[in-house]
Amino acid sequence: MSALSTFWSVWVIAIVFGTLIACGLLIQYSSKTQVHSEETDETTGHEYDGIQELDNPLPRWWVIMFWATIVFSVGYIAAYGLANMQGFLKVEVDGKQVPWSQTAQWQNEVEKFDEKVAPLFAEYAATPIPELIKNEEALKTGQRLFASNCSVCHGSGAKGAQGFPNLTDNDWLYGGSPEKIIHAIKNGLNGMMPARGVMPSMTDAQIDQTVQYVRSLSGLKHDAALAAEGTAVFMQACAACHGVDGKGNQMVGAPNLTDDIWLYGGSTKQIDFAIRHGRNGVMPPQGHRFTDEQVHVLAAYVYSLSNKESAQ
Amino acid sequence: MSTAFDHPVYNYKVVKQFAIMTVVWGIVGMAVGVLIAAQLAWPALNFDTPWLSFGRLRPLHTNAVIFAFGGSALFATSYYVVQRTCQARLFSDTLASFTFWGWNLVIVLAAITLPMGLTSTKEYAELEWPIDILIAIVWVAYCVNFLGTITKRKQPHIYVANWFFAAFMIMIAVLHIGNNLALPVTLTKSYSIYAGTVDAMVQWWYGHNAVGFFLTAGFLGIMYYFVPKQAERPVYSYRLSIVHFWALISLYVWAGAHHLHYSALPDWAQTAGMVMSLVLLAPSWGGMINGMMTLSGAWHKLRTDPILRFLVVSLSFYGMSTFEGPMMSIKTVNALSHNTDWTIGHVHSGALGWVAMVSIGAMYHLIPIMFGRKAGEMYSTSLINTHFWLATIGTVLYIAAMWVNGIMQGLMWRAVNADGTLTYSFVQSVEASHPGYVVRVIGGALFLTGMLIMAYNVYKTVSDSNKALAAAQA
Repeated sequence: MSALSTFWSVWVIAIVFGTLIACGLLIQYSSKTQVHSEETDETTGHEYDGIQELDNPLPRWWVIMFWATIVFSVGYIAAYGLANMQGFLKVEVDGKQVPWSQTAQWQNEVEKFDEKVAPLFAEYAATPIPELIKNEEALKTGQRLFASNCSVCHGSGAKGAQGFPNLTDNDWLYGGSPEKIIHAIKNGLNGMMPARGVMPSMTDAQIDQTVQYVRSLSGLKHDAALAAEGTAVFMQACAACHGVDGKGNQMVGAPNLTDDIWLYGGSTKQIDFAIRHGRNGVMPPQGHRFTDEQVHVLAAYVYSLSNKESAQ
Repeated sequence: MSTAFDHPVYNYKVVKQFAIMTVVWGIVGMAVGVLIAAQLAWPALNFDTPWLSFGRLRPLHTNAVIFAFGGSALFATSYYVVQRTCQARLFSDTLASFTFWGWNLVIVLAAITLPMGLTSTKEYAELEWPIDILIAIVWVAYCVNFLGTITKRKQPHIYVANWFFAAFMIMIAVLHIGNNLALPVTLTKSYSIYAGTVDAMVQWWYGHNAVGFFLTAGFLGIMYYFVPKQAERPVYSYRLSIVHFWALISLYVWAGAHHLHYSALPDWAQTAGMVMSLVLLAPSWGGMINGMMTLSGAWHKLRTDPILRFLVVSLSFYGMSTFEGPMMSIKTVNALSHNTDWTIGHVHSGALGWVAMVSIGAMYHLIPIMFGRKAGEMYSTSLINTHFWLATIGTVLYIAAMWVNGIMQGLMWRAVNADGTLTYSFVQSVEASHPGYVVRVIGGALFLTGMLIMAYNVYKTVSDSNKALAAAQA
């Protein structure tokens, strides 16, 4: 709060109160010098293009309203403070009464809230995730956490979109155990495929061959001759991460290329783009937004999307 | 545009030019508004075309209605009023002509660059630096011409409308230059010289005073001339006009901080912005009272005069939005209303109800005079009446839809379950807003239809006047 130097603090207080006082003086002086106290037909004697001006007094209710807002403002400043001057309003934070600030107000509200929901989450957190997915209420809570925090990328049905994994298909880039899911939520993920894999010297012709080979892995329509030539390129450029069999590697988040699930699309054009330019998938870490108990419930919801049937 | 109707003493040519462009730019700006309102209800209407997308057309809409439509109305009326009330011709015909062509060039450049996606990203100040410099030059020419006319007045006093016009144009010069200071990188790209929170505060110091000075002080100038003229009654209270003028202009410059409640702006700056916004209620209402009470003794004219009806209803909307504004600036209320459609509704009760209606009333009074007729003698009075009802119903539909949507969104976003999770996801609040968005399109379309009727009425007035003149000369 005391971020201002004494000079600026005094300056702010002086001009704020100066403006309020000036308004008060303006109404006071204008009311005092009134010639008429009732409505009148008398004009000021000025005339502009045929327009005359009456010398009517200021409406009383208006003057009272004006004063009322000024008095309220002084009271409001006294309560909430101005510049380095602290207001008298106090908020409880961490068991202590502190002067009002928007930060203190926020902390106070969060504390009250956390206190209210803590028992519920403590109960959930004590249940292992494979058990928790049998609890409908817990899953509803997890679904709502997901809807407010994850659905922007993964979709409200968690079915993903191009570049954002589908979380309902039991196909996992980094593994689908409860621990892996919790780790992903808290710390985020960084999927990085370098352009042309680990073979920067890959030629355009070799890219074409590799594309056809990759398509052949999952039985998509492909040019068999090119694909055959692509095998060797794949082994040199791609196998380090995607494996010699193309089934991927969850340690580094390298996708399985032999199934029909495609994060960035499986068309010739899209695979060509991926090889030529690489891919960067980023899931930002979310740990700072949740308590550990909330992450536990959220992870249970995500886990349930692929494991609900087997649990029942 | 014939010059045959020119006044022997006053420069009516520039008034006439700006008056016609008020109608033209009004239709353009509002048509873009109706399109983007429709896009919010039916997103497919952006046709997957970048320059038709909401993000690019929304600044075009705001710039067109504020600066093209509102600006033309202000130029036309201020040039008209200052000459009539000072009994003096404009200081310089050359500067007048320069401001007309310069201002319209700015508008055309805005209509090209904004859809291209060229923007400085500051709300209501999106135009890039070369256009900003052009605006500054035109604006200073406008100030010189207006204030120069006041210095050569043949009246001992300066009429209250001219105080408001003068305050508006001087402050807009300061605000425009202050907020748009930037470091150019290329011809179409620049960076604000302010950083972070300071940039936000400077932006809203500008942004709120675009409302306070451009859309309030300037239009109060219009009100102070055209209401007593059309009602043929003296202004209610000279004393009230002095008090509310000085209070209004000294308080408005503080109010911008209420756009940044619960943000990185220091608490004390938010507090100062909030209390000044509250105190602003009485000075704002001072203008409404003075306009409304000017009608005492002339209320019966409302039955027969749709132009006066436009002016009076505009004052009612002005009173309503200047009550709503201080209320929304209270932190607790703002916590609910911020980022919801309530803000859009508030702005449009001011923009459609006050700014557009008072301008339309003034144009119906002034355009016939420009073409050799008596004040308010348009081709068809019943078409003015039709326009009045379309505009009023359109505005009411618009703001009611946004109130309902805004309060609903605010409540949905803060609703929490017993487990601490949010009750609604964001997209559910968007879904629930759909009916309101449709009603808004209807309201906006009604308002636009009124403007098209006005254009027809103006066209017939001008062509009839030209025919009458030709007949008289034959």
